[in-house]
Amino acid sequence: MPKFGVIVFPGSNCDYDCYNALKNILSYDCEYVWHEEQDLTDFDCVVIPGGFSYGDYLRTGSIARFSPVMESVRSFAEKGKPVIGICNGFQILVESGILPGAFLKNNSLKFVCKWTHLTIENTSTPFTCSIKPGEVLKIPVAHGEGNFFIEDHSLESLISGSQIVFRYCNENGESAPSSNPNGSVHNIAGICNPSGNVIGMMPHPERSCEDIIGGTDGRLIFESVFSWIESR
Amino acid sequence: MNKYFVKVEVKLKPLVLDPQGKAVSSALNNLGYDEVTSTRIGKLIELNIEGDSEEKVKEAVTEMCNKLLANTVIEDFSIHITEEINA
Repeated sequence: MPKFGVIVFPGSNCDYDCYNALKNILSYDCEYVWHEEQDLTDFDCVVIPGGFSYGDYLRTGSIARFSPVMESVRSFAEKGKPVIGICNGFQILVESGILPGAFLKNNSLKFVCKWTHLTIENTSTPFTCSIKPGEVLKIPVAHGEGNFFIEDHSLESLISGSQIVFRYCNENGESAPSSNPNGSVHNIAGICNPSGNVIGMMPHPERSCEDIIGGTDGRLIFESVFSWIESR
Repeated sequence: MNKYFVKVEVKLKPLVLDPQGKAVSSALNNLGYDEVTSTRIGKLIELNIEGDSEEKVKEAVTEMCNKLLANTVIEDFSIHITEEINA
């Protein structure tokens, strides 16, 4: 059975949400990994959860990237194993250079906490392989600095390399500026590395795994990677 | 060992939009300061450092900026060093 590791930094606050989704809702094998650990050999998938690691001091994710576990995450990713960074986890992956780009304050300057709709731009990654092309997912965001920035020439290579995985859209799957919660360039909500095994996304799939809290579309992300690992 | 006082200015690159600066700019305009045409907000980081020479301190702080203090994807930094003379 694939084993998931949820990394816990000082200041992580979605670690239990991720653990709960994986362990209690989906009945997967899952364990916490303290950020000082360095051995990830037991795990088949690493989840870097959301929160405010190190209080978001200096820049979001900028201090967490130097935690001992991050070197192991880097080599785990280099072996082609699946890694997902959610919200602050995405910010940490970007700060560590494992994913490209950077984050700015939301253009509204407000913390945004609401349901968003996402189009799936790439269904060949481990985390999206069970999702039908063209499907629109409803997954919530909760962040103050989710305004994804990347220089124009790097954006072009993201587009041409199919590294854009999720874009904010409306209920009908149309990507309009009005469906962009934070000002992200090109309505980007999630990207992957060139080989596709590392994904970062601002929306929280772990918060949309139960009908009682408004939706279950987030399950598709975890179910995708579960079946991807099982099929190997 | 000499003692140095170092100021590091971290600013968003000119191409990067600064929503915070924009909000402050319009707040200043609303206060009647019509002469303000734009505002950019950055960070000032002050360090006390011991080192052999100004060059070595500059080299070390540049490395610190590239590693941690600035994110060079979106930010530029400048370093100002003054030697502290013991009284």
